[in-house]
This record gives sequence, structure tokens and C-alpha cells, in this order.
Amino acid sequence: MGKRFSRPITAFLGAIGALLLAAGPAFACGGLIGPNGAVNLLNTTTLAAYHDGVEHYVTAFQFAGGGGEFGSLVPLPGVPTSVERGGDWTLQRLIRETDPVPQRELLDAFRAEAASAEVILTVRIDALDITVLRGGANEVGQWATDHGFRLPPDAPEVLDFYASRSPIFLAAVFDGDAASERGQAVGDGTPVHITIPTDNPWVPLRILALGKGAAERVDADVYLLTDRAPSMLPRATGANGLFLEHYAAASDLLLDDLRSDAGMGWVPERGWLTKVGIDAAAGDLKLDLAIDASGAGQPSPVKAGVTAQFTPLTWGQPNLWWILAGAVAATVPFWIALVIVTRRRFVQPDAA
Amino acid sequence: MSRGRLADWVTVVAFAAVSALAAGLIAFDPVSAAPVRVDIRIRYSHFDRGALTVPYGRPVTFVLHNDDPIEHEWLVGDEEMHRVHRTGTEAHHGSRPTEVSIPPLTTIETTVTFTEPVAWNYICHLPGHEAYGMVGLLTAR
Repeated sequence: MGKRFSRPITAFLGAIGALLLAAGPAFACGGLIGPNGAVNLLNTTTLAAYHDGVEHYVTAFQFAGGGGEFGSLVPLPGVPTSVERGGDWTLQRLIRETDPVPQRELLDAFRAEAASAEVILTVRIDALDITVLRGGANEVGQWATDHGFRLPPDAPEVLDFYASRSPIFLAAVFDGDAASERGQAVGDGTPVHITIPTDNPWVPLRILALGKGAAERVDADVYLLTDRAPSMLPRATGANGLFLEHYAAASDLLLDDLRSDAGMGWVPERGWLTKVGIDAAAGDLKLDLAIDASGAGQPSPVKAGVTAQFTPLTWGQPNLWWILAGAVAATVPFWIALVIVTRRRFVQPDAA
Repeated sequence: MSRGRLADWVTVVAFAAVSALAAGLIAFDPVSAAPVRVDIRIRYSHFDRGALTVPYGRPVTFVLHNDDPIEHEWLVGDEEMHRVHRTGTEAHHGSRPTEVSIPPLTTIETTVTFTEPVAWNYICHLPGHEAYGMVGLLTAR
């Protein structure tokens, strides 16, 4: 199938989480955009495939043009065993499978080095420098700041949201100068394949809203390829900005095609293909996509980010005492009836 | 001098001493001469105090705690000053006590004396921060 999927289509980026940052001096007053121009995440496409206890995360970072460097941070569910160049057209083939209309494009890129967070792994793929970091929100944020990333104001809270569940982040930095030297055109994507052993797949969604105003739209596509039909949390109801656009056994032709792409030999013989479209206001996108691929039908609320939004009841809280009091009160008629019946039984022999 | 008169004089002197001491305390007012300390904490790109009141005519030391891993600013002034900063290009603040840059995860102190009653906003003018809610109201009276 080879290169029949043209490069331009490669245009969207899976930059699942794009902490958009423009490297270079950040002006303290005004001027939201760095000297290299805006980095806008228009649309992203990502494949999160899960097989034999390993999540294969395939996305692409798009060269946005210009010199200098652009960067993005992607939260990961665990420490990856490898980060390598992804297949040439895997994402495009998936889109063709579920949507014959070519998607819109997207963008961004970044830069990396090292600082307060622990650097676990560094890889150079074409003009893309990738660094896998381990650290809390402050450490990763400090690292990014130290390396010229201009984090938007919601970054501290969003980094905390992720770091509290998985302190692993991937920083991808596009070296615009190197990309130009390589002859990369604006819109060319660099596919990246991240292999992560984990008990269930997981896709960060909330980070797609990073740096956006509450009313701005988030537009993205997430493909899941699992051994069996997955269950997801939150469910794609449409009303919550998540749309279940494809949910069916993957065709043999698709699996054969995917398997024939570079580095995609791990694709299984059988699988289930799910496509979740995201079209939501940034302010409404507060959760991630937790997936249960085991068939148990119990996606993790923690991975979805739901748990943190609910305060568990404790005995110290008045509402629980009210519940207890209500339960006790509800048994009062029973005790009264029991007393009456018991007294009658004692009285009856005398009466006789 | 009789004992009674002596006692009267002692009483008068004692009252006078107490009065003088009180007058001295009022005149020098060591308490009001010391700077007033006001702590403002920044977390998740928000000031923890949306409004605060300080006395004018006395130095006020603002202790600015930035608990975020990103830089913030604390700029207090009238609307004209904020208008200038919204479109300004000054990369770093610190030369004026009412305009302070606070690096990530650090604490900065600045002392300001408001010479007259004011009601000014304090704002972080880094890109997007004001719109995100980094605004507070300071009243000096």
C-alpha cells in the first residue's frame, strides 16, 4: 500500500497534548505569540492500540514552518520502553477507514533538554527532539520553563491533573531550522510511535484544551485498536463533546494494511476499531479517556480523571450522619411493632 | 510637707508620667511606623486574595508567593498603568515597587507606601493571565 497515502494528509498531528509553548523570549507585557508565530492545535489524530499488555501510541508532530523551535508536552500513562519513528501512513489509513474526507490539518512542535525533572529517555527523530520526563507538575513545569517553553496560565493546574496520576511526560521539540534543512515543508508530519506497557490503554484528552479559552473548540480524532470491543469512560454521548463515530470489528484488509506499514508488525490478526471524535468547548473538556480493553467493562475512573472530582463521603461529614440517622429512624416502626407483638404474646396466656 | 500632701504630689506626678508615656506612644507610634505585611499567594494562575485593604500613609510590605512552575507578575496601579502594560513589551519588572515579576516557585517581597487613598487593581499582564483571572482589587484607605 506504501506511499499511496500522500504526505499532505499526514498533516494532522497527533500531538495529543499540546502544551503549547513557543521557545524563545517571552515578553512580559502583551504579545501572546512568540517570535515564530502562533502554535495552534487545530486538529489532532491519534491511534491508541492495545495488545498483549502494551499500549502502542501513534501520533504525529507537524512542522509548522519557520525557524527556531516549538514544543509540546504529552502526558503518558507509564514509562515507555521505546520511542521511535512511526509508520509512514498508519494514521492516514485509519482515517480512510472511517472517514473518506481528508481531515483538517494541525500543527505544532517544540524543544527539549534537561533540568529539574528526571530525564528518562531522549530520542531524535528527523527534526524532532523527544525527551521523556518523570516528575511532578512543578518539576516538569520548571523544566519546561527552563527550556524556553512558554506555558499558558492553565498549565499549572493541568500539569497537576496529570502528574497526580502519572508523572510521565513526553516533550517533543521541533527544530524548525533542522526541518528546513531537511527540506520538510509546512504541514509535513513526523510520525512517532510510543510503546508503553500498561494494564489498560488511556488517552489524555483534557490537555487538548490547554491554553484555549473556555469557549474555544477542541477538535480531535482518537482511534482505538483493541483485541475486543472496549468500554470507555466517559462514554461518548455526543452531549459531552465525545462522539462515537466508529465501533466495529476491524476488517482484515485494514489490519493487513496497518501491519505492512513500517514498524507496525505488532498489529494483531484480529481487532476492534473504535473512533471517538472530539468536538467540544475547551471549558467542557475536563476528563481523559479511560479504556477497559479486557472485556470486564470497568474503565478506571482514576484514569479518566473522574475520581478527583468527587469528594468521598466520610463519617465526619454531616450528610453521612443524616443518612445514618434516617436509616435508624426508618426502623422505628419495626421496633414498635416488635414490642407490640411481644407484649401480646406475654399477655395472651394470662388472658386465657 | 505633710504625708497627705506628699501623697497628692506623688499621685499627680504618676499621672503626669503615665500621660507623657501615652502621649509619646501616640506621637511615635512604633506599631504604625512598622510596615504592614500582606501575604498574597499565587496558585493555578490565580491570586488567593481577590480583594484586600491596606492603610495609606504607611509602608506596606507585600510578600508574593508564586507556587506555580511558571512566571507571574504583580502589577498594581491605576487603569492607565494597566493599559500601558497590556500592550507593553517590558520583559521583566522589578525596578518599581508596584511592578514585580515573580519567577516560578519563588517568593518576592516589595514595599509600597500609598500616599493617598486609592482603589487599584493588581494584575498579572503575562499573555493570557489577566483573561484567565489573575486580577485583584487593592484598596488603600
